[in-house]
Amino acid sequence: MGGGMGRLLRRSLLLGPALFIIGFFMLLPLFLMGYVSILERGMAGGVQWGQHTVEAYVRFLFERDLMDNLVVNIDYLRIFARSFLLALSTTIIALLIGLPTAFYMSLQPARWRNLLIFLVTIPFWTNLLVRNYAWILLLRDSGLINGGLQWLGLSSEPIRLLYTPFAVGVGLTYSFLPFMILPIYASLEKIDLRLVEAAYDLGASKWQALRRIVLPLAMPGIAAGSILVFIPSLGAYVTPELLGGSRQLMIGNLIQGQFGAARNWPFGAALAFVLLALVLLAMMLYARRYRRAPGQA
Amino acid sequence: MLKRRGNPLWRFPGVAPTAAFVFAYLYLPIFILIAFSFNENRLATIWTGFTFDWYSVALNNSDMIRAARNSLIVASSATFIATLAAIMAALCMTRERFRRQQAVNAVIALPLIVPEIVTAVATLLFFVIIGIRLGLLTVIIAHTVFCIPFAYLPIRARLQGMDPRLEEAASDLYADPWRTFRRITLPLLWPGILSGAMLAFIISLDTFVITYFVAGAGATTLPVYIFGMIRIGITPEVNAVSALMLLISITFVTLSFLVGRMRR
Repeated sequence: MGGGMGRLLRRSLLLGPALFIIGFFMLLPLFLMGYVSILERGMAGGVQWGQHTVEAYVRFLFERDLMDNLVVNIDYLRIFARSFLLALSTTIIALLIGLPTAFYMSLQPARWRNLLIFLVTIPFWTNLLVRNYAWILLLRDSGLINGGLQWLGLSSEPIRLLYTPFAVGVGLTYSFLPFMILPIYASLEKIDLRLVEAAYDLGASKWQALRRIVLPLAMPGIAAGSILVFIPSLGAYVTPELLGGSRQLMIGNLIQGQFGAARNWPFGAALAFVLLALVLLAMMLYARRYRRAPGQA
Repeated sequence: MLKRRGNPLWRFPGVAPTAAFVFAYLYLPIFILIAFSFNENRLATIWTGFTFDWYSVALNNSDMIRAARNSLIVASSATFIATLAAIMAALCMTRERFRRQQAVNAVIALPLIVPEIVTAVATLLFFVIIGIRLGLLTVIIAHTVFCIPFAYLPIRARLQGMDPRLEEAASDLYADPWRTFRRITLPLLWPGILSGAMLAFIISLDTFVITYFVAGAGATTLPVYIFGMIRIGITPEVNAVSALMLLISITFVTLSFLVGRMRR
């Protein structure tokens, strides 16, 4: 192997393909998307090159009335707020049921633990579309849950479950729960149980030991899990589309609409750009607190 | 570390029931879907008898077969390119130390961080603006991008767990770098490569949103086709196709899991 030049050449050859593919077909398109968001929209879809405007961002909060005056329009803001709330409640519910599950897993004997990890991982690798579709079978008016309730005599007519915020919450939690369980499990597994023993020996109650020893040590996993659930929930498209119907639009559906029926590319690009900014902000807050590069999970 | 079973933390109320609930929650929908795919009844809510009919209906649907073929073409091409790129990148990242290594890691992980819908929009705009016609090629390119990190992570993990002394020994015995790679590194790396490639393959088979955006008319893949079917209505045929997709993914993950644990 030669000197510095040889090593540099070798390094560029090895890293080249991966960096080129991701750089040219993902990083560059993301910048391009940012640029498209400040272009004038074309008459029949597309954009008008060289015509710059912030119309797409103005449109997010205002609409123009017949006299071309700007009037505040909170429709889009409401969709962002709904997405944010749904993503937040998904994260909280996933944490509430994921933490005890991870805790349970970490207390099992080693062989059994690996099997449980595998069982948590499987749903993640199966098709998201199909998994959300399965919930239609359960939640619809003639579905299994309503059938069960009626069979038990708990309700006489079907309760509306599908196409409600509840359905979207259930579907989002279902979709991303493994992302919460696995990082928490990873941090719980590393905990030295002697610390807990010591706390008991010093007279701590179960809850004190949990709150003062276990939870602080599990915090990195809890933070990682929360961010891994929150981010995909915020940008979800499939779940609100299948389980939410037209009344429970989220950001993802709004963005998709701009490239379908609405044909307003700059607005779609602007919405996607805002979503990306929110996600990067969340990542940065997380990275600042826990000092690990993204993707090093 | 103390024996875990004797741990007093065991006695926390609600831990075991919550875990049981979570596992039921994760698997109930999957089992229900598979059960319904064998249900004779067209209305699908009541169980009237066991049948394989819906599978034969699904497998005789020529549009679906075409979509499945597209999915396989895309997944194998994307997996092949992504795995090659990932092997090379992983070799460099684990064997060398250089400045900006963190930045390179971040770029490789980028497809995992950016929400799918954002990637989909950006990729669509890019292809339309530079003037590539939407079709199988654009789908393969888009899939290759996000398959790279999925192939990369298991390969890197395998390399990091490898004993560097084996390669040193090979060099000491006058093997040139290429020979060392072929005779020592590659055989040891195979499980990581297989496991990474299989994960990339499943992810490509499953990805819907990005494909939906960049597929164009002629390049419908299986998830895009299933989405169209679900939108029209819930039929036993959709159940059968969905159950098939689940089984394929589960088989691949199980294989990948077993291969990844080989000769550790």
